[in-house]
Amino acid sequence: MTGLSFADAIQLLLVGLSQGCLYSLIAIGLVLVYKATEQVNFAQGEFMMLGAFVGYQFIVLWGLPYWLGALLTLVFMGGFGYGVDALVVRRLTGQPVFTVFILTLALGIALRAVAGIVWGFGNYSLPDPIEGNLALGPVIIGWSSVLAILVTAIVASGLYAFFRYARQGVAMQALSLNQLAAFYMGIPVKRLTSSIWAMSAIFGAIAGLLLGPVTLVSTQMGFVGFKAFAGAIVGGFGSIPGAVLGCLLIGVTEPFFDIMFPTFKGIGAYLIMFLVLLIRPEGLLAQIYAKKV
Amino acid sequence: MSEVLKVRNVETMYGRVMAIRGVSLSVREGTVVTVMGSNGAGKTTILKTISGALDPFKGEITFKGKAITGLDPDVIARTGVAHSPEGREVFALLSVKDNLMMGAYCRKDRDEVARDFEKVLGWFPVLREFLDKQAIYLSGGQQQMVALGRAFMARPSLMLLDEPSLGLSPRLISEIFAIIKRINVEEGMTMLLVEQNASVALPAADFGYVLETGRIVMEGERDVLMNSADIREFYLGIKADSARGDRRWKARKTWR
Repeated sequence: MTGLSFADAIQLLLVGLSQGCLYSLIAIGLVLVYKATEQVNFAQGEFMMLGAFVGYQFIVLWGLPYWLGALLTLVFMGGFGYGVDALVVRRLTGQPVFTVFILTLALGIALRAVAGIVWGFGNYSLPDPIEGNLALGPVIIGWSSVLAILVTAIVASGLYAFFRYARQGVAMQALSLNQLAAFYMGIPVKRLTSSIWAMSAIFGAIAGLLLGPVTLVSTQMGFVGFKAFAGAIVGGFGSIPGAVLGCLLIGVTEPFFDIMFPTFKGIGAYLIMFLVLLIRPEGLLAQIYAKKV
Repeated sequence: MSEVLKVRNVETMYGRVMAIRGVSLSVREGTVVTVMGSNGAGKTTILKTISGALDPFKGEITFKGKAITGLDPDVIARTGVAHSPEGREVFALLSVKDNLMMGAYCRKDRDEVARDFEKVLGWFPVLREFLDKQAIYLSGGQQQMVALGRAFMARPSLMLLDEPSLGLSPRLISEIFAIIKRINVEEGMTMLLVEQNASVALPAADFGYVLETGRIVMEGERDVLMNSADIREFYLGIKADSARGDRRWKARKTWR
């Protein structure tokens, strides 16, 4: 350990925490769709990228006030997510999982290409939602990072309350547990499934708006999705608290790992995933139950 | 009494296999109608076709005078058909309370829902202590109660019950069937009951159909069926007085 002071450690911890929160937002989207439909959306990272570009369009190119632009972005992306399910994915229910896997993979590639054609393949900067830094003694953290942590906390607790208390939330759980029985109850399964896709696209867009100022907006930014993927697997794919936990774990350890082993920069997330899969293949907070007859 | 459900000449394919071949049946309001048959006769397929989980290849289904053939199952459910599926299919990780309330998902009348909720707990008092427990931890019989209660919570015009006796002890079966009969009598609930276990289903019903390899081979009022030699021999397991040892032939069903 070469001169990593306590303040530095705290600094890294906070940076990692806010980064982990962004991974969490993407991973929540992944897990929501997976739980509801047992389909994995490999384009989730590209949803985030698209969200960032749409925000760039509204806020930078059209010069709308930041919060109005952000709100419009979320509305647009909600509609986009709903449409992806209603127009494309829904038609593949009953097909092998493999079909949907290829479909979402292709969708991701297509979205990257379309974004490049529309907005260009360069790097574009998105303004910070809140300018300036928060100084806690020697530790300095951008307000945007604080916002990322806050937003994730709000989204996670909001989702928890929604799934526990809201009628639609319980119905979404019901349809993910037993789709046919949900149909028999008159639950509008198709509409709710599309709504889940909408929610997941919105969370992706939030992550994109928050990540844009940090990494710059580009067609390549969707690859962050793979880290969210790793985080979701660490947590036990299919559990939302698990996904958040896994992503925070990856986010927090990442900067430390990168500093300690600079040559291996960027592989920390996957190393953790590998270790967890070796020791606890079902993930940290797996929700597994056997079907009784 | 008017006909709530009318199924006319329905054929349904299960992949490449034709599971039901031209089935017609009708259910009058306020009655319990049972479809009896052995494994693989096509009982579940009939219910799934009515509730929209399977689309018929041919034929027509009318419910309360309207054609519902080929509609989505959630749309059919909202018109007033509540399907309690084979194998219970409760929402495993939801609490018993949430399971029951999901039955009432499409209802807006909160007071009535609360009253029906109490009614269900009145019929199945054991469930009261498990209200906050996840349904997966319940025994098979308790899960069956949840499934029945959940279907009733929709306040349907027709309940489709698929093998409520499946995997239950004889004592539980008679308990559950007593409640089914009570729901029918006290609430005037119309029911289409599919059962392998004819000796419990037929006494609870007003009218019965016998299904064999996808075809209806016999139908009649309960008392007629109960006294039919074929039904007694093959479905109720009641032998004629002459001792079995004396018989050197194997009885044949007269409809063959």
